[in-house]
Amino acid sequence: MIGGGGMMVRHITPAGLLRGLLVLCALIWAETAARAESVVAGLSQNEVSITANFNGSSILIFGAVERYAPLPVGGDPLEVIITVEGPDHPVTVRRMDRQYGIWMNTEEVQIDAAPTFYAVTTTAPFTDIVSDTEDLRHRISIPRAIRAVDTATANQRDFTQAVIRIRTHEGLYQLLEGAVTLRNQTLFDTSIRLPSNLVEGDYTARIFLTRSREVVASYESHIAVRKVGLERMLYNLAYEQPVIYGLLSIVIAVIAGWMASAVFRYIRAG
Amino acid sequence: MQIYLPIAEVSVNAFLLFGIGGLVGILSGMFGVGGGFLITPLLFFAGIPPVVAVATSANQIVASSISGVIAHFQRKTVDLKMGIVLLIGGLVGAALGVQVFAALERIGQVDLLVRLCYVVFLGIIGAMMLIESIRAIRASKRSGGAPAPRRQRGWVHALPFKMRFRSSGLYISAIPPLLVGLAVGILSAVMGVGGGFIMVPAMIYLLGMPTKVVVGTSLFQIIFVTAFTTLMHAITSQSVDMVLALMLILGGVIGAQFGARIGVKLKAEYLRVLLASLVLMVSGKIALELVLRPAELFGLS
Repeated sequence: MIGGGGMMVRHITPAGLLRGLLVLCALIWAETAARAESVVAGLSQNEVSITANFNGSSILIFGAVERYAPLPVGGDPLEVIITVEGPDHPVTVRRMDRQYGIWMNTEEVQIDAAPTFYAVTTTAPFTDIVSDTEDLRHRISIPRAIRAVDTATANQRDFTQAVIRIRTHEGLYQLLEGAVTLRNQTLFDTSIRLPSNLVEGDYTARIFLTRSREVVASYESHIAVRKVGLERMLYNLAYEQPVIYGLLSIVIAVIAGWMASAVFRYIRAG
Repeated sequence: MQIYLPIAEVSVNAFLLFGIGGLVGILSGMFGVGGGFLITPLLFFAGIPPVVAVATSANQIVASSISGVIAHFQRKTVDLKMGIVLLIGGLVGAALGVQVFAALERIGQVDLLVRLCYVVFLGIIGAMMLIESIRAIRASKRSGGAPAPRRQRGWVHALPFKMRFRSSGLYISAIPPLLVGLAVGILSAVMGVGGGFIMVPAMIYLLGMPTKVVVGTSLFQIIFVTAFTTLMHAITSQSVDMVLALMLILGGVIGAQFGARIGVKLKAEYLRVLLASLVLMVSGKIALELVLRPAELFGLS
């Protein structure tokens, strides 16, 4: 069994995708017979490498709905919500106010955990396809993904909204309603753009099937985002051996300065 | 061509960074300043986090100062003894400055401090330089090139711990150079600058050093103070981005050579008017940002 029901296809061709899905269908069929509908899905990549020329990446998420009973006639249509979530980090939010004629930070709120990246894609407007209760239970929408228990400030909401506003502006939080394509109530796919200002860590992709605003099935898979090569080496060195890193930075600067002056003296002389 | 900076954790256009380095290099070659006061604000503008911008520009200044000081050593225009006294003050100042920087970073006021320093110091120095150089231009037009009269240096001679600085032809107390070094060291750590723009006028007007040794001596001590600042930032906040520094250095050393050639063609007084206007423009822009209502009142860290 590959990755707990998930699979990895690096180069997606229609034939490969179909073959993958068929294999998965066969694998899943036995264990999910008890439920009426379940998700089978895959990601175009389970690993994102941040290299020196990393400029963002796209992840294709595709899958199918597995059914063991015929589609109910005249029932509500099936909807799909797909989320990709980056690692949670605490965030300090500061608000500026005018004091002594200049704008300065005056108030701050600690947000206990906010995902560094969060994308939600759906087949239809978010509130039409999932209820508040389900959203709260599964933490699907962007505001629900941010946890803040510090309620010392009266206007906590403003600060949480500021996080969402700023990160949405930077492309780190995305709400893409209607970006999931669902064919014949069975096959779905979407593409999520990971921006270049990505933080490394373990990302989680989740797929929710909803019907009548209730979640009827869900599926989870992981994406490892890692710095590699030179980026990895420098980052580790900077944090694990700061003294050596600092000295190395200085040595490089000294050599570069020395060489520049020598090279240009040579050019001028010759 | 985008390049991902491992410490800043942002992807920036490599040509933009080369360009910033090159532009600052041209200016530093023209005017004989380190250019840190321009590089840090330009990096803010390019989207580099302020903490990384300040620490990394200190690293870049090490390279540009080395490249500059070699020429001065060959012309024997470095007062080593004075440089070492300034350096002792500078290292103490830089150590203090890095602590102040880290403390303010914790309470979220580091941005404000850096900006205020820029407005105040660049504003004062720029205005002084502009007035002085316009006067010099007027004087040279009237009397046909006579140099401006040197100022009196009374109180500096009254202090104890006198030392002889042979290259500068001075016999003065060690206290004023130590204090000048200390002040510039603090600024170097807080503003991510070498401090040449404060050091040079202080050496001429406060210590009464002859103009020909001022730039070389200032560069000499800036190398060590900025190297120390780089190391301290690397240790306390892990905010030196080596890839970013390398881009800036490459652009900078090439720009400096072109700048030096442009500088030779222009008259000294006109150069100073240009530099003063540039300094005032940077200071004015940052002052406006402090006074005008920002588009986004919230900030994350």
